[in-house]
Amino acid sequence: MESDLGLWVIPLAILGGAIRVSTPFLFVSLGEVLTERSGRINLGLEGTLVFGAMSGYAAAYLTGSPWLGVLAAAAGGAFFGLIHGLICSLPRVNDIAVGIAMMILGMGLAFYFGKPFVQPVAPDLPSIDFGWWSDVPQVRAALRVNVLFIIGAGLAFAMWWMFRATRVGLVIRVVGDSTDAARAMGLRPALIRTLSTTVGGAFAGVGGAYLSLFYPGSWNEGISSGQGLMAVALVIFARWNPIACFGAALLFGGAGALGPTLQSVGISEGYYLFFAAPYVLTLGVLIATSSPSRAMAGAPGELSITK
Amino acid sequence: MTDQSASAPLVVPAHRGLLGRFARRAEAVVLPLAALLVGIAVFSIFLLLQGKSPIQFFALTYQGAFGSAFSWQNTLSRTAPLLFAALCVALPARLGLVVIGGEGAIVLGGVAAGAAGVVFSQSIGLIAFPLMAACAMLVGGLWIGAVGALRYYRGVNETIASLLMAYIAIALMNHLVEGPLRDPESLNKPSTTPLPAQLRVGDIPGWEVHWGLAFGILACLLAWVLIEKTTWGFAARIAGGNMRAAQVQGLSVGRLIIGFTALGGALAGLAGFFEVAAVHGSANGSLAAGYGYTGILVAFLARHNPLAIIPVAILLAGFEASSGLIQRRMNLPAATVLVLQGFVFVSILMSDTLYGRFKMFAPERWRSA
Amino acid sequence: MPLTSFSRRKFLKGTAAFAGATSLPTFATADAHAPLTVGFIYVGPKDDFGYNQAHAEGAAAVKAMEGVIVVEEENVAETTDVQNSMESMINFDGAKLLFPTSFGYFNPHVLETAPKHPDVRFQHAAGLWTDGMPTNVGSYFGYIGMGQYLNGIAAGHATTTKKIGFVAAKPIPQVLLNINSFLLGARQVDPEITCQVIFTGEWSLAVKEAEATNALADAGCDVITCHVDGPKVVMETAAGRDCFVCGYHADQSPLAPEKYLTGAEWNWAGVYTGMVQTVLDGGTIDNFVRGGLADGFIKMSPLGPAVSDASRAQFEAVKAQIMAGGFAAIKGPLNDNAGNPLLTADKALVETDIALESMDYLVEGVIGSTS
Repeated sequence: MESDLGLWVIPLAILGGAIRVSTPFLFVSLGEVLTERSGRINLGLEGTLVFGAMSGYAAAYLTGSPWLGVLAAAAGGAFFGLIHGLICSLPRVNDIAVGIAMMILGMGLAFYFGKPFVQPVAPDLPSIDFGWWSDVPQVRAALRVNVLFIIGAGLAFAMWWMFRATRVGLVIRVVGDSTDAARAMGLRPALIRTLSTTVGGAFAGVGGAYLSLFYPGSWNEGISSGQGLMAVALVIFARWNPIACFGAALLFGGAGALGPTLQSVGISEGYYLFFAAPYVLTLGVLIATSSPSRAMAGAPGELSITK
Repeated sequence: MTDQSASAPLVVPAHRGLLGRFARRAEAVVLPLAALLVGIAVFSIFLLLQGKSPIQFFALTYQGAFGSAFSWQNTLSRTAPLLFAALCVALPARLGLVVIGGEGAIVLGGVAAGAAGVVFSQSIGLIAFPLMAACAMLVGGLWIGAVGALRYYRGVNETIASLLMAYIAIALMNHLVEGPLRDPESLNKPSTTPLPAQLRVGDIPGWEVHWGLAFGILACLLAWVLIEKTTWGFAARIAGGNMRAAQVQGLSVGRLIIGFTALGGALAGLAGFFEVAAVHGSANGSLAAGYGYTGILVAFLARHNPLAIIPVAILLAGFEASSGLIQRRMNLPAATVLVLQGFVFVSILMSDTLYGRFKMFAPERWRSA
Repeated sequence: MPLTSFSRRKFLKGTAAFAGATSLPTFATADAHAPLTVGFIYVGPKDDFGYNQAHAEGAAAVKAMEGVIVVEEENVAETTDVQNSMESMINFDGAKLLFPTSFGYFNPHVLETAPKHPDVRFQHAAGLWTDGMPTNVGSYFGYIGMGQYLNGIAAGHATTTKKIGFVAAKPIPQVLLNINSFLLGARQVDPEITCQVIFTGEWSLAVKEAEATNALADAGCDVITCHVDGPKVVMETAAGRDCFVCGYHADQSPLAPEKYLTGAEWNWAGVYTGMVQTVLDGGTIDNFVRGGLADGFIKMSPLGPAVSDASRAQFEAVKAQIMAGGFAAIKGPLNDNAGNPLLTADKALVETDIALESMDYLVEGVIGSTS
């Protein structure tokens, strides 16, 4: 069983880290893409993520089924999305501010109702062993892929296709780009935005369930260290493109594995700086790919954060 | 630029006089207060559903936050950093920028103040305080000013850039206080060298609240004057309304963006200075206490009005000050106060939709009644 | 100046007592038979399977005592928050004995609050009190490094790769002592064993702890322990990677029943009830109290099903030596992991040695660095 891979550990760990850590980023950012494409921003998905983590864990523990947990997380997330969507449909209400308040409410309710579920152990989500062909335990571990990751990847491509080629996608994009144009087409922007926000919330809830039901796979008040907030920011980075979100989530997850892995091969000085790698890398790419002339290519026209 | 003011939409007819002006101002006070009560009512229902007494809860909230001299001190001592953090959001917001990374300027400002304190440790406070504060403001201003510069010169979205830079700043702070700037004597809590007694900022005489509160309130007042009473503030508001139009008008938008972000960052850096010089006595990991994030909420609730930041920050600090008492007396989890905040703030933000709906606040519609 | 601040303090107390009287009359009566109010403050949630839970279990034992009221607060940050919480417990609840349990509460927060309340006793969990500090402040701590040494013995028997892993928060003396003790315990079994350490940089950061655990498993470690506030994530992740685990702070065996070898646990119940009883009897707690296995400050989790007979025998033998007193886990000849000599063959640092509290090195065989 023993196998010393030397420096090969590093790319392997980055791959494994990308697969393990990226899923919550992926789901939250896909949910936010859907929401923002409809012209609304939901900054509160961090709260939705945490509430999803709690409700998913609690439901999985109470029913014994992790999939019912995922369902509960999605339902909880959808509820938060719906509330946010309805409130922001009111004229003159600031969606950024409401999002921050909803983030606090979501975390508050999650911590409040989550107290009794910190100690119990809930069943984990299953994963698929893609590393069966290898004898190297590290490879097998890195390729133990959770089902939610695969669903998320599929969802990214499905959403990309939806925005490109389907009527639903077109409707959401029109609403997001111009309320007036949407009205002229006989669409109901408020309704469509609220629905998009609701579904977006459900995605974020599922991202939370991944945290509590698979990786790291437990519920406590520190389960999220800002993944939801970061994922919302990654949407701008990914320029509202679902497939780019998938890439951004992988990049972010892989870079996050760099810090611990470098220590494990003996590069341990200044480890805080390595821990900042995902943020530095994202900022670097962002600066390199931005330009003042096409500041916000791809941004939905009605979005308050980029208007 | 002066002819711009003629196009301002709201011109109060002279004959409505004092009462009319009062009515218009009252809207901005009455609506949020009514919304506060609605939020409290919703939260009370939540408590009743849990079988807890809302009356006891709010009696304890009042007692713990505002009910005695001690409670006021508890509340106000939590207020100071929120004032600065909120200004770091509110100032760029005048230009339509959403900066959410004030936490980064706070922690790096704190490190700068701590490091400067070591350098100036032989000086007396009167000389060293301004120097330490200036270092903190410089670092904080550069940090958030860089966000503004990236936005102006490279078109980098300021929201994501400031958030990323906040995480980078915290990593940098941890690296510095546990590495190059670490006092070897700080064994189990890695910190910079403790500030000598003469470089510690004390309490406001007669209170047990440090000077940061007074400076925070002063900063809010000055920020209000800057925004409401100066050409710069006026130009910023125009640019915030429509960046391109402002450029056409010949306003130097770049200077405005970098100036306002840098000023916001400098104020957040000052919060770091007070955390180090008044609270911790050295820079360490406790600087990342989340004030920067709470400040975002304060600024948005205050609708980016520096004067409104003061009462909002006090209210928020009061909720947090009473949290402990509620935990202990009612056996409720610490998160209960978060739930209350959530309900109250959603309610207050929803009340934005009611502006202009009530005739009593709109003197020009009085006659038609 | 001292006079004015004193009278102001008295004034505040008056108003607070009044405020207390209106809501809870029992606290306002200041007669000698009033129950003693004891306050516990935790830096994180008190059910974290770790540091805070260990203290909360101690508080629960105090709660069961007669004539005592326990008040608790969790998630209190190491900022002005903790000063305010202590003041609040004193002013509103009439607390006379406080246990602010987090390390970072001490300087400056406890040191600044204590002089304002000479009639209140502040008991802080760490060996930080020294002469010249306020006399109503006390430090108490346990030699939990010995627990990690015993963990190491169990780990040394269980490892087949001869490589064990340690997920650590920050390179501070206590953590370094635990890492070194864990390795030196394992080397009692086999001197070829090495210990890989990964620092997460934070006391509580779930995803990073999981990533660090995975990185250790990837590097070939097959027994893993940790020093972070809540070991739950490390234990579950390590067990999921088919590694054995050794617990820390509290008993984590329910999290990985098959893989749990043993664990180094705090045993605050006895310590806290003893201190509270001293105050109830009108006595004074010593300013500086420390103890180990023999004094009941720490204990070991029951050995798990995977522990072999040989392992059990050595574990019990060394435990008996530690119980007898004067045991040294850190003893010469000893080099640090850069090859510099630390101790010559005739030198040994017994568990009570004060030099252990300023440890700034990793011993030979530990893979990692302190900065």
